[in-house]
Amino acid sequence: MAEPAEEKEKKGLDIGLEKGVSKLTPEKIEQTINDVLDKECGPRFKTYVETCIHCGLCSEACHYYLSHDNDPRFSPVGKVKQTIWEMLRKKGKVNGEFIKRAAEITHTECNLCKRCAMYCPFGIDIAYLMTVVRRIIHKLGCTPQYIQDTAHSHSVHYNQMWVKGDEWPDTLQWQEEEAQAEIPTLRIPLEKEGAEIMYSVIAPEPKFQAQLIYQAAVIMDQAGVDWTMPATVGWDNSDMAMFTGDSELMGRLKRAHFETAARLKVKRIVMGECGHAFRSVYDMGNRWLGWQMPPIPIVHAIEFYAEILRAGKIKVAKKFSRPVTLHDPCNVVRGGGLHEDARYVTRQLCETLVEMHPNREHNYCCCAGGGVINCGPPYKMKRIEGNRVKAEQLFAAKARGAEVLITPCHNCHSGLHDIVHHYGVGLEIKFFGDILYEVMEKPEG
Amino acid sequence: MDERSNWDWEPGARTVADLNQWKEQYVWVEEPYVRPDGEAVAAIVNVDEGEFTVCVNGSPWEENTYEKIWHLRYLADGRLFAIISEMGEWTVSLDGAPWETKFGYVWNPIFTEDGRSVAVSFQQDMQYGMALNGHCWESTYPTMTNAALSPDGRHTAAAVQVASIGEADIQTFQQGCFTVAIDGSPWEQTFVNVWNMAFSPDGSRLAAEVRLNLYEYTIAVDGVAWNSVYNTVWEPVFHPTDGSVLAPVRLGGKWWLYCDGKPFWDPSFVQLWHPTFSSDGRRLAAVVAPKFGRWTVALDGKPWSATFRDMVTDLVFSPDGSRLAALGKEGPAWKVAVDGRVWDNAFDMAWQPVFSPDGRRVAAKVERSGKYTIAVDDRLWGRQCDAVWHPVFSPDGKRMLIRAVENGEFVRHVISVADIAG
Ligand code: SF4
Ligand code: SF4
Repeated sequence: MAEPAEEKEKKGLDIGLEKGVSKLTPEKIEQTINDVLDKECGPRFKTYVETCIHCGLCSEACHYYLSHDNDPRFSPVGKVKQTIWEMLRKKGKVNGEFIKRAAEITHTECNLCKRCAMYCPFGIDIAYLMTVVRRIIHKLGCTPQYIQDTAHSHSVHYNQMWVKGDEWPDTLQWQEEEAQAEIPTLRIPLEKEGAEIMYSVIAPEPKFQAQLIYQAAVIMDQAGVDWTMPATVGWDNSDMAMFTGDSELMGRLKRAHFETAARLKVKRIVMGECGHAFRSVYDMGNRWLGWQMPPIPIVHAIEFYAEILRAGKIKVAKKFSRPVTLHDPCNVVRGGGLHEDARYVTRQLCETLVEMHPNREHNYCCCAGGGVINCGPPYKMKRIEGNRVKAEQLFAAKARGAEVLITPCHNCHSGLHDIVHHYGVGLEIKFFGDILYEVMEKPEG
Repeated sequence: MDERSNWDWEPGARTVADLNQWKEQYVWVEEPYVRPDGEAVAAIVNVDEGEFTVCVNGSPWEENTYEKIWHLRYLADGRLFAIISEMGEWTVSLDGAPWETKFGYVWNPIFTEDGRSVAVSFQQDMQYGMALNGHCWESTYPTMTNAALSPDGRHTAAAVQVASIGEADIQTFQQGCFTVAIDGSPWEQTFVNVWNMAFSPDGSRLAAEVRLNLYEYTIAVDGVAWNSVYNTVWEPVFHPTDGSVLAPVRLGGKWWLYCDGKPFWDPSFVQLWHPTFSSDGRRLAAVVAPKFGRWTVALDGKPWSATFRDMVTDLVFSPDGSRLAALGKEGPAWKVAVDGRVWDNAFDMAWQPVFSPDGRRVAAKVERSGKYTIAVDDRLWGRQCDAVWHPVFSPDGKRMLIRAVENGEFVRHVISVADIAG
């Protein structure tokens, strides 16, 4: 299906797609598609493809569809129609232009948010079908440039931001020193074998948001938690390889993560406020490696904050007074069921919660997740325009008094920042950690 | 002669140091580490704001204090290692004597099994290299990962970047910008990625996991890739005596063990990693998942019948290679498994099993409800401690050194193994 000219103009050139497609031959395309579909896709794929009755009930679920005035190209089933079905119908005999468009659809028009799976009467998981498309695109070498570059970073440094081996412990030591100005005895214990908890984060934290590590250290310290962070690779729980369809690299990253925790002899892994990383360690990466569940329990920050608040390990000095609204990140809510914990934490920390609608597992995706934001600048406007409904949802929460938007996920945080800014919503965005750090009882600084 | 024969094996308990006193002496005391012979205990201690030293048996290890000290560890030969920092420069200190060379940063120390060689990764002016026993690589690189040290302690190696890559330049990256540098000298061949590597026992050869393009992985030995490629691979190992190289490889969605590029074990597995040879090279074991969600040990290709849901770790052969032990995790319970038989005792955590010199007994450090003790052949020592370290058998295997912290005191226990094992 052709793309309107003005949409093409808005995008920059993506060398990942352009150069990737320029190297393809019809034989290569046909063989790759059929290899993936025949050898890697089992009964689940077959069932989804055979069960779909093309009813379109999934359409209303998708924020892209709603934000594009019900344009059927953006409906979940429309995306399958433009990709998988064509590939199946033509037995892999599709051309380079088709592949380019398929790469755009799967990487920049679907967040793998799984909202549509709840609306399909058969529970067909379109996000899974889109990951099959991503796998084909990966195998064809046509993955968008910026997310491919992130996968390259993962491949070299086992983290998503090219953070080098020395920069990681050095940053932790720097944050420890900073935090000691506030709490003189605070430590970020590195490589402490036998600690109860390994705390893991995603690479943007040491790279750009070191204050989040600082805040986490203060929370751990004040809650009296026996914790550690590794000084080796395995510290980063992020995973763009999962989203580029590079399962082999995903497995490598997750093995390093879990084996680092096992080496440190910890009982649990507590992870920062990230959604996609949760999906990677709790569902995708662990299972690719042969683990039914995470071999060492994973505790998302939302659960962890709920746990220490319930146990009275952290006391709230004065609740956050400005009214907040809460964004439910797809991966930890639809994917992990943490919505009630998130509300518990919100109520413990904040005076007023203004729910946005829909919420909990029905919440709209931020439109950054699933690796979409990682496809970078060429697709920024598409991402923002593809989520007008989110802006409307936020405006409505604001109209009912919300001033601050809590987003316990890094991707959501960045994606909603763009939406709030572009549409002029006027909400301040915070992590739970920001608010917890602000309102908790701490020694006088 | 085994150095252990010179240790004090007189049965009894002896308090070596009172850590409670240290806590009064210093602002804070970090995790203690103990010497293999149990005659010394050390910890990084904070003296004042931004001032650290290492306290050994109650006294500072040297006069100077440092702005930062981390990664304190006792080496197998009894020396005390730490990374220290002063005026923004970092280096290694051994028994309180710093290396002369200072660096922009030092991390990732690797020690030989005998503790006689120490290698670290360093950064200087945003270039990277390795230092071995204080001697630095002459060539440095813009990126360095996956550092390794040869078992004989004479060579170091790492994956290094040998071509420049612009920001988000995925095309150049995919042409292959990485190789292995041994003692600082790079192989001629480049790869898209180079990961875990293994030296041969004598340090003369090196095998590494490599990626030839985004989809084809193989093992490269001394720069030469196996002539078959795989969907992915895990880390290679050298046979202890015959020079062959083995590695788990993934083909058709399953894992296989290959040797020098050819199939070695017959069965394939859902997962296969940590191939481990007995020291004489006659037996080979690996951690495997015979089916999705079940884990065990395969010995010479044959999996144990006992399996675990979550993890199998810490594979270890007895010194003569006749016996094999590992840890298995099922839910929150860690268990010790020896030759396929699982101990009845379950623990909240367990550490790598330790065989007696004759291989007849198996001991392990274990933890329940925050208290630590030693288990031998599925029986527990009567004392519950605040900390213990790996148990050490006497050379004749009759006695055991247990290093423990009890009520804040570091105590050196020598017991008869029969006291626990019966
Ligand atoms: S973005 Fe979400 S709702 Fe839309 S098609 Fe993808 S998974 Fe379904
Ligand atoms: S995926 Fe489900 S809801 Fe969507 S068109 Fe197919 S059957 Fe209908």
